[in-house]
Amino acid sequence: MSDSTDEVRAYTVRLELVDEPGELLRALHPIADNGGNLLSIFHERGNLTPRGHIPVEVDLEATPERFEEIVDALRDAGINVIQAGTQHYSESLTIVVSGHIVDTDLSHTLSRIQESTDATVTDLSLSAPEGTDDVSSARLRLAAEAGATDATLAAVRDIAHEKDLRLIEPLTAGDAA
Amino acid sequence: MRLAVLGAGAVGSSVAELAADYGHTVTALADSSSAVVDPDGIDVASALESKQTDGVVGTATLDDALDGAYDVLVEATPTTLGDAQPGFGHVRTALERDRHVVLANKGPVAERYADLRELERESDGRVLFEATVGGAMPVLSTIADFDADHITTVRGVLNGTANFILTRMAAEGLDYEHVLAEAQDLGVAEADPTFDVDGTDAALKFVILANVLHGNGREYTLEDAEVEGIEEIPGSALDLATEDGRTVRLIGEVTAAGEVRVGPRLVPANGTLAVTGTNNIVQLETEHAGRLNVSGRGAGGPETATAVLADVGRLDEN
Repeated sequence: MSDSTDEVRAYTVRLELVDEPGELLRALHPIADNGGNLLSIFHERGNLTPRGHIPVEVDLEATPERFEEIVDALRDAGINVIQAGTQHYSESLTIVVSGHIVDTDLSHTLSRIQESTDATVTDLSLSAPEGTDDVSSARLRLAAEAGATDATLAAVRDIAHEKDLRLIEPLTAGDAA
Repeated sequence: MRLAVLGAGAVGSSVAELAADYGHTVTALADSSSAVVDPDGIDVASALESKQTDGVVGTATLDDALDGAYDVLVEATPTTLGDAQPGFGHVRTALERDRHVVLANKGPVAERYADLRELERESDGRVLFEATVGGAMPVLSTIADFDADHITTVRGVLNGTANFILTRMAAEGLDYEHVLAEAQDLGVAEADPTFDVDGTDAALKFVILANVLHGNGREYTLEDAEVEGIEEIPGSALDLATEDGRTVRLIGEVTAAGEVRVGPRLVPANGTLAVTGTNNIVQLETEHAGRLNVSGRGAGGPETATAVLADVGRLDEN
């Protein structure tokens, strides 16, 4: 491994882990072994991605060169890397959608959100007390780039409208509390 | 001050009952079909009793009340949309007679603000309407004191019925229909709760706020508001919000850009905006003094009558 003179930058890597013992540790090895400096790990064990995996978001610092090596090493180790990039997500948005979420293809809804906005879905909780054929709700956490909150919400509004889902937005204006 | 009170519902009758306590004389009280008029002051108790027993407050008509002797017309007839009639016509008559007007009826200020201000300009009478926004809470007078130009945004909860329903749903894990029925049993929700739960009532109040904050530039009506209600919000949505330290409230906003929006929003469960039960709250963002919260009882006869009488008191001072 050649030492790079490039500047160290912050990266966010999103992984999907199989729910088996030792998976998280196995995913972190390639990062440490390739000179990445781990900043934070966001591991929501209770939540599953549409594929039934556990989403993990890892913030790390590395030079661009080393970062590429880290991503390659993760993939070589059979770890599912959903997204790797330099975007620094600084605003977290929580929304709740209700309706026939499962019938309208939740996975497709999530993909549409990620495609039509610069945001990524970092967390998902589903509540379907009446069964998935009936009205259910999902809580999503979106990581949006700084300043992109309004645009993200506008896009999510359109998607919810298109799929006839009810959207409960967060109150964002002026950091209301 | 001599008051002619139009409307003998919860607010109108409370104004009539409390007026003497505040040093005023009621010279007329009218409902939609009858009136009692006496330039020396009517007997409020017997008029209200007559309404209970005979369905009329007296033998005179609403027009007699409008044409009678008074300094302030208290317009507390039911809010109507669109042309805001007949309330707007009552206001016109009083202003053309150079009398003051105090509104509890939201129609004229929410739907015909420019027309109303035009009539006021041509009159020696003034129009005040504290009671139309947030019942007993001093919202409009606070805005007037801080100066509308120095307030950037307003947001908050201005419908107690919707707030009660959302509070109960989150606390008890009950569904919408169940809690609505309970609210109707308790008298918190009316038999026809449509305007409360579909966001119209809250929207009218935020439209009024928009008119007050931006009234010099443009006129707002209900049509300018983006409105979504709380009907049929599933309990599962509230459960997910609660799980995340949040809750859902029917929040209205007048944004810095001048948009009026009302809809269910996620707010921090223990935050200032998450008032419980039938309470209301308004948050004002001021230019020089940070955030100001005004909360309290946003509806009810005596509560709203208090705001009406505060307006009458302001007119009396001038």
